[in-house]
Amino acid sequence: HLLPGPGGDMQWCFSQVKGAIDDDVAEADIISTVEFNQTGELLATGDKGGRNKNQPQFRSEYNVYSTFQSHEPEFDYLKSLEIEEKINKIRWLPQKNAAHFLLSTNDKTIKLWKISERDKRPDGYNLKEDDGRYKDPNSITSLRVPVLIPMDLMVEASPRRVFANAHTYHINSISVNSDNETYLSADDLRINLWHLEITDRSFNIVDIKPANMEDLTEVITAAEFHPLQCNTFVYSSSKGTIRLCDMRNAALCDKHSKLFEEPEDPSNRSFFSEIISSISDVKFSHNGRYMMTRDYLSVKIWDLNMETRPVETYQVHEYLRSKLCSLYENDCIFDKFECCWNGDDSVVMTGSYNNFFRMFDRGQHRDVTLEASRENSKPLQVLKPRKVCAGGKRKKDEISVDSLDFNKKILHTAWHPQDNIIAVATTNNLYIFQDKVN
Amino acid sequence: MFPKGTKRKFSDSGEEAGSNGDQGQAASTSVAAPRTLTSSYSLQRQSLLDMSLIKLQLCHMLVEPNLCRSVLIANTVRQIQEEMTQDGTWQIMTQALAAAQCPSDRLVATEVLCRQTDPATAAQAGQSPKPFSVVGLEEGYHSEEVVMEGEVETEVTMSTLSPVSQQMPSASYLAGPFGMGPCWEEEDEDGDGEDEDDDEEDSEECVSEGEEGDRDHLRADSRTGEQVFGTFEIKHPVPPADPALEELFSDVDPSYYDLDTVLTGMQSSPKMGPYDLLESLSSHGPTTLSSSSTCRSDLNELDHIMEIIVGS
Repeated sequence: HLLPGPGGDMQWCFSQVKGAIDDDVAEADIISTVEFNQTGELLATGDKGGRNKNQPQFRSEYNVYSTFQSHEPEFDYLKSLEIEEKINKIRWLPQKNAAHFLLSTNDKTIKLWKISERDKRPDGYNLKEDDGRYKDPNSITSLRVPVLIPMDLMVEASPRRVFANAHTYHINSISVNSDNETYLSADDLRINLWHLEITDRSFNIVDIKPANMEDLTEVITAAEFHPLQCNTFVYSSSKGTIRLCDMRNAALCDKHSKLFEEPEDPSNRSFFSEIISSISDVKFSHNGRYMMTRDYLSVKIWDLNMETRPVETYQVHEYLRSKLCSLYENDCIFDKFECCWNGDDSVVMTGSYNNFFRMFDRGQHRDVTLEASRENSKPLQVLKPRKVCAGGKRKKDEISVDSLDFNKKILHTAWHPQDNIIAVATTNNLYIFQDKVN
Repeated sequence: MFPKGTKRKFSDSGEEAGSNGDQGQAASTSVAAPRTLTSSYSLQRQSLLDMSLIKLQLCHMLVEPNLCRSVLIANTVRQIQEEMTQDGTWQIMTQALAAAQCPSDRLVATEVLCRQTDPATAAQAGQSPKPFSVVGLEEGYHSEEVVMEGEVETEVTMSTLSPVSQQMPSASYLAGPFGMGPCWEEEDEDGDGEDEDDDEEDSEECVSEGEEGDRDHLRADSRTGEQVFGTFEIKHPVPPADPALEELFSDVDPSYYDLDTVLTGMQSSPKMGPYDLLESLSSHGPTTLSSSSTCRSDLNELDHIMEIIVGS
């Protein structure tokens, strides 16, 4: 069934797909993060090869604007281990001038990149030739004013800051503060606060590393600043808890202001309960009143004023509950799915397996399963809702659980901040869909 | 407690619930008291424990392992160990270990995470990793359960572990699960016919060897892995089938195998035996357990690598 929206039913249609067609996926091309900027004008993707692609929107189409190598592979000589160049997260900074800034991070280092356009160049210097050579002063007979002349658009990406050596463990999140001056970076055990201008030091604001690593049973899985309150941030854990912290209370925010945790359902208890309760993503709503968490099987919406349980819970792929052991065996149970809100916080979206992704309309209490595939990639082709048959008789057009391809996972999705345009990343392809009404 | 989730992993959701539900329910009401262990539950739990241990050890060798994943797996291992302690299985195991050199009350997961502290100080302290009580698990398992034959799930055989090679104390934590590989390899070579029957028979061997006086072999310090594994070539007559247990498994849905094929996405053979599991797991990492000799010679190297990896 269709997802209704303002002005009638929403129908998602194919817009574009980027990436190689063949099934032979180059490791470096695996998309690891997708992010729209605040206006939706630019769409950034990061991949395992450390590259960052930006695509501006022009006439409803996104085309590659700039591609740059954000991070290079490194080697930690002390531990004899490689540091992957894979980009874990990209966050755009709010735009202040003509240039665009974004933060891009791999496991260890965060970089601030400036992306600027150059479409003019100066011409007519008095002392220099066009090629840069200095003129013989004696040959200059008159004075002229250099002018800017148009040139082919050139997009430059230059690293402006490198925030390094602050994380012992793997960085999983970065989040820009609403004050536009600071941002946080979170790894498995610590969260650091940075000033965008200062690279040689950061403040540690959360540290959950136990004195004895033997006692380690919980790690930080995601963190985010509140979109409006610059003193508030949340972080989620592998035990399914979310802690909200107020930086005004103390310098070290080990003591949370609020602890969000839903009590376990005893009837569903198993050895996998903890693993599937581990939160893979946390996102505040745009209005700052709610936050959404993603665990292995569900999406939960929390009211910031209620810590005891979520206000809404949506099952993403409940049919997998009976397959948890197999999913543990093949490691799929550790997949970290992300989730996102639409512009007005009325719909949330997250990915699943078999290149399926799910949307939940909060107001209408409806949900839909769609598929990102090359087969459904004709221009403006409307996406047909998919259905998974959990057991019993399989209806026509339904897919049985056993036929799902668990190598085709959609971990990263993004929703345009204003319009009904979504970016969905399969392993190495980026799909862009939009609402037909658009 | 027999949680629905754990049950269903081995069969279609509805099918086994009926036959085992009652026992499961009864067990679930008294968490503290020793449970009436259904064989299948114990086997499943055992295999989950084994699987978890393999996962902990087959970490990516070149890139730092995912700490979140390691912690979650370690917590799962702890949970299982706690439950086994509660229902007495662990005690049986530790008694069997009494003669062996390892302290029994050290939780495995502790071992793994312990190494995340500075390896230098660990080395300084002269601390050599305590061998994981794989031996004890196997022996304990045997004394508890009857090994079934017939339409037996993969997991049954997976849970029979070959003993730890005693001559490599520093690598012994790793040696346990890796010891499984060679054991199964040889069984595969020896056996013919249906996978399940073979594995069934061979798991019998593994276990009965220990029982039948070759138990001494398990404790001999000088015994190399090869010598230990070698003893399992001798076949022993299969014990008579337990009709009740057979009936229990008679309606096991073989489509589970297919599901696994789909899910793991890397199985080439239609059925997944214990050897396949090990292979599939090891294909995650850069090394493949291709032969028992490779395995054994790599153990020390593996241990060294493990030290480095978890030394963060």
